[in-house]
Amino acid sequence: MDFNYNEEQLALQDTLRRFISKDYGFEQRRALAKSADGFSRDHWRQFADLGILALPFPEDFGGLNGNAVDSMLVMEMLGRGLVLEPYLATVILCGGLIRDNGSQVQKEALLPAIAGGELLMALAHYEAGGRYETRHVATGAKADGDGFVLNGTKAVVLAGAAAGKLIISARTSGAPNDLDGISLFLVEHNAPGLTVRSYATQDGARAAEINLANVRVTGDALIGAQGAALPMVERACDYAAAALCAEAVGAMAALNEVTLEYLKTRKQFGQPIGRFQALQHRMVDMVVATEQARSMATLAAVKADSADALERRRAVSAAKAYVGQSARGVGQAAVQLHGGMGVVDELNVSHYFKRLTMINATFGDADHHLGLFSDMLLAA
Amino acid sequence: MDLNFTSEEQAFRAEVRRFLDARLPADLSGKVHGGKRLQKDDFMRWQKILHQQGWGATMWPTEFGGTGWNAVQQHIFEEECADACAPMQLPFGLRMVAPVIMAFGNKAQQDYFLPRIVSGEDWWCQGYSEPGSGSDLASLKMRAERVVATEGDHYIVTGQKTWNTLGQYADWIFCLVRTSTEGRQQEGISFLLIDMKTPGITVRPIIMLDGEHEINEVWFEDVKVPAQNLVGQENKGWTYAKFLLGHERTGIAGVGRCKRLLKDLKAMARREMANARPLIEDQRFRDRIAQVELELMALEVTNLRVLSAEGKKHAPGPESSILKIKGSEIQQTLTELMMQALGQYALPWLPEALDADWRGVPVGADYAAPLSGHYFNFRKTTIYGGSNEIQKNIIAQMILGL
Repeated sequence: MDFNYNEEQLALQDTLRRFISKDYGFEQRRALAKSADGFSRDHWRQFADLGILALPFPEDFGGLNGNAVDSMLVMEMLGRGLVLEPYLATVILCGGLIRDNGSQVQKEALLPAIAGGELLMALAHYEAGGRYETRHVATGAKADGDGFVLNGTKAVVLAGAAAGKLIISARTSGAPNDLDGISLFLVEHNAPGLTVRSYATQDGARAAEINLANVRVTGDALIGAQGAALPMVERACDYAAAALCAEAVGAMAALNEVTLEYLKTRKQFGQPIGRFQALQHRMVDMVVATEQARSMATLAAVKADSADALERRRAVSAAKAYVGQSARGVGQAAVQLHGGMGVVDELNVSHYFKRLTMINATFGDADHHLGLFSDMLLAA
Repeated sequence: MDLNFTSEEQAFRAEVRRFLDARLPADLSGKVHGGKRLQKDDFMRWQKILHQQGWGATMWPTEFGGTGWNAVQQHIFEEECADACAPMQLPFGLRMVAPVIMAFGNKAQQDYFLPRIVSGEDWWCQGYSEPGSGSDLASLKMRAERVVATEGDHYIVTGQKTWNTLGQYADWIFCLVRTSTEGRQQEGISFLLIDMKTPGITVRPIIMLDGEHEINEVWFEDVKVPAQNLVGQENKGWTYAKFLLGHERTGIAGVGRCKRLLKDLKAMARREMANARPLIEDQRFRDRIAQVELELMALEVTNLRVLSAEGKKHAPGPESSILKIKGSEIQQTLTELMMQALGQYALPWLPEALDADWRGVPVGADYAAPLSGHYFNFRKTTIYGGSNEIQKNIIAQMILGL
């Protein structure tokens, strides 16, 4: 057993840490969050130069052949910096889906473009009324000549407006909650009939509602086998959930540092408030929760690449539930320990708190994953 | 022991309902129910309607223009107002400065200020916390130097207050000021009433984590305040301050508001879907609703017990800290569950949708837009009015003698 990062991983971690402290100050981030895109394309080019956009892809397609632990390391650093660029949507979700399920032609066309920073992508899968159920797809794809016609609406698509190409799930057969019949399609952002309503999210990023009105795609837009996409989507969403766990751990660790500093410097009743035992214990609880969350995130990362779907889902749901609970507790405690300063926009505390809250609400909240894990006990 | 409402109390409840049906403007209740931003005029309009009915100050004795209602009547009134989605009556005038003026102010102050509060003519705000004095309020530094002059004595006030709620609208601010640096720090504090139009006062917004402008910093630079605006005695302000905080805490329980939130949460859980079934059929989520309902049932009875024991004449005691702790926690749980019920639709941030005039298409359900912001905003409830850590210190020291 070895819990240490290797030399290459440590070097990457160091590089990202330097990027965040130099180019991702709180005020710089604030300006980005308010900009039209909500992120910086310059940063994205820097990400390409650093190699993190190529990290999880095979070398044959311009990648660096990294594993899920490498991705976790990147996500943790992005969490520390509250990074807004759509790394999860483009590299983890869509890159992962193409890598695992795409045809040779699709991989050649897309993975090098993602790795080089030229292509941003988004996965349009979840729908209103489906909550976090991956199998809930009401959007329809009707066969039409050699292609398909898509109709439906997709909910809260992360980075939906920034994406040059979208991966959209739709039913080629069956009813909205059937396991079979879901297919994945590659769709251009400017396809006729596709409309994107973009909005800011509570944590400063961007998402979109995507409407499909008779959007026509050719047969080669299909990713993987027709009607058999649910396991692909589940795997991609598990991979994303594991990545979010790592991001949350990075954000929690940074938030703990900020809070500890506040306890040491803020004075009331003639002494630093960190002298008060009630507050010391609360701070200790935050640190313990973060260490436990880090362990769970590590477990999820190691199992995220597992070929055994059950083993993967068990670890990911356990981690997403646990990290979600920890993120909630740490975020709320950090705000409380900062007092009034915790609920103002001016300090990064509330921004970490909001990001942690939204991480919990994305790809299944703590209760959802606790339910999945709990149901697996019955099956075992 | 009888926990039922008497027939008189039931008749009273019916009377309050009839009044709300007839007089609460639909646009106001619509704004409150929809979580829209309330403007100054919305609060003032409702206060004036209540005043016309003679119900402007339900927590005041009749001699000062209040209704003289007992604890149960006040509870019924607040519950019905919250259920009908009436705008909240802001506490700064009615519940905070008014009891201090009644108990410690002189006749001239009572005659001038109290009628203007109950009528909704004056908007009051609070000048307590300072950047260096939050939980340790008694360390406050804002100076008030008394100047003896032939045209009348006055104070020159210099310093800074913070966490001032809605002071951007205020006509008056009540302030704790330092009039002496000798002896214990609690013994050099005075309670001053200051006209917000006085030269030298600057109000600077503090944007909260939900992006809203609800609180301010207030700067005082050589602000001249007539000595007649001193409440009670110089250097006795700490006694009045603690008296006021006790009144603030009882209002904080907010049982009526919690009941309304719970009702809305249940309605949402019937509309939101999970696994192709209404969310309320999800045992895990339903248990969370049930658990917070238990807490609220307990708080409602505790609230009535505490208020009844105090009677009308006494200031709230340290028991009010219990109400503050549980009330704030329940409000936080309810707002959190409402956000959680939205699932991924907790993410969209549409501040424009909080404008009453907004006619855009909602993202997700029509009730979704304000809910994450409410959750974030309500983190303040365990911090303000004396943080819950401070409340626990009060219980430990004042009730338990630890």
